[in-house]
Amino acid sequence: MSRISTEEVKHVAHLARLAVTEEEAEQMKKELDAIITFAEQLNELDTSNVKPTSRVLEMVNVLREDRATEGLPVEEVVKNAPDHQDGYIRVPSILD
Amino acid sequence: MDLFTSSLRELQELLNKKELSVSDLIDTSYKRIAEVDDTVSAFLTLNEENARAQALQLDDILAKGEASGPLFGMPIGIKDNIVTKNLRTTCASKILENFDPIYDATVIEKLRQAGTVTIGKLNMDEFAMGSSNENSAYKNVRNPWNIECVPGGSSGGSAASVAAGEVLFSLGSDTGGSIRQPAAYCGVVGLKPTYGRVSRFGLVAFASSLDQIGPITNTVEDNAFLLEAISGIDPLDGTSANVDVPKFTEALTGDIKGLRIAVPKEYLGEGVSEEVKNSVLEALKVLESLGAVWEEVSLPHSKYALATYYLLSSSEASANLARFDGVRYGYRTKNADNLIDMYKHTRSEGFGTEVKRRIMLGTFALSSGYYDAYYKKAQQVRTLIKKDFEDVFQDYDVIVGPTTPTTAFKIGENTKDPLTMYANDILTIPVNLAGVPGISVPCGLSEAGLPFGLQIIGKHFDESTVYRVAHAFEQATNHHTKKPQL
Repeated sequence: MSRISTEEVKHVAHLARLAVTEEEAEQMKKELDAIITFAEQLNELDTSNVKPTSRVLEMVNVLREDRATEGLPVEEVVKNAPDHQDGYIRVPSILD
Repeated sequence: MDLFTSSLRELQELLNKKELSVSDLIDTSYKRIAEVDDTVSAFLTLNEENARAQALQLDDILAKGEASGPLFGMPIGIKDNIVTKNLRTTCASKILENFDPIYDATVIEKLRQAGTVTIGKLNMDEFAMGSSNENSAYKNVRNPWNIECVPGGSSGGSAASVAAGEVLFSLGSDTGGSIRQPAAYCGVVGLKPTYGRVSRFGLVAFASSLDQIGPITNTVEDNAFLLEAISGIDPLDGTSANVDVPKFTEALTGDIKGLRIAVPKEYLGEGVSEEVKNSVLEALKVLESLGAVWEEVSLPHSKYALATYYLLSSSEASANLARFDGVRYGYRTKNADNLIDMYKHTRSEGFGTEVKRRIMLGTFALSSGYYDAYYKKAQQVRTLIKKDFEDVFQDYDVIVGPTTPTTAFKIGENTKDPLTMYANDILTIPVNLAGVPGISVPCGLSEAGLPFGLQIIGKHFDESTVYRVAHAFEQATNHHTKKPQL
């Protein structure tokens, strides 16, 4: 049995903001199923008393002085935007 | 053209004696690129006009006798996921096809201070996801030793450009082996520094708990010089570590008497080809003859590293790549009239298959109901893998094994099944998960004439010992002097 259904693939694609066709969803289902099945070998290990590692080095918060500095120039910041006007980035309508 | 088979030290001496100019070096680089890069396909963008102008300025400084430092005037190639101000940076993705960065990465700023000249931006697997360079959205890099073969990945352009003599050295990035694996396949020296050694400000993030920038060079000494120049804490990268940067080159004494080497049995086990095993056993004999002792050890959780890595790195990637949404930079679809559809179509049209596969896997592993079973589980196994290394390093100075299970494979050979492709990285991934430094140095050629790589792994922030062992091995052999005939 597949670890993941086509419906779940479509839901995950929506969460990831990816458009998928029916065929792509079917293909992804097969590939993800294989990878997830492979990943489940981790269940052979008892980790009930193991702390998770999110970073390898001991770190504390890195603080800096709260000092105002020059920002990047607006015309530089917007120059890579696909659509901009008067120093603002333009996007398609957000509300219907 | 044999300038780039010389060492940094030799080239610096020629510059100082005025037998060579920076412009000569830059010329050599672009001439070689013109000769071979149609075949090698290492470069995505050239910086020729700026590089030549910079070379003239540096030659002025040289004429005034004000040149300083081992890297002064040296031509370097930069992996295309490191941002360079006003020099196109694509990550080998269509989604960043026309991206023109507005600032330099910290490593680029440091290289400028050291006086290197950026020759161009190097091809890679899209967003550094891949082990063969076949995931570049633009073209396949070819292995200079055999153009039917892959150069490895994801820093395939970085390794191939050095092997092909197009630049003296390059920068790559390594998340699960992306510097060491292509260095092994292309017969050059590649180091992944300790996590936190080098600032990642300006490195386009793939998996932030694993990514490191590192040097790819012809020799161990050149590698140590380049790492010295790019290391150090950076206020712009909160994960860069507040530790001293030693003079790595001073560690290259050639003396490894009494050094204790651990050889994990898992690194010479199933899946590792006979000829690769033999190359490592031969290398161990050399290290023994220099006075080191080696013993077999176990890193018992090695077999779980691959699954752990793909869960963690894909999860982190799914978050990091959320920024590519068609709003502030990069490609935007023409096929959408509302915002959500714009995001979806931009990303589906802009990203390649492997990148989408990993975003999907990562989003799944982080999603409600699966987080504990996959993401948290992988973080727990990561703790066990890290502890394997800590235990071995209680008793040993370095860990030695192969860099890759085989030599370079043919283009197209492994593209059908993602899991087969992922298995290329079984010997390099644990090093990233543990955050320790690792180097690949050439250790001979296969019967088919393809390079083997010897991997030397050290303790956190002990690149000095890694370099000392690598250098002693290199100087005792002639493997690094062999070059591909293109």
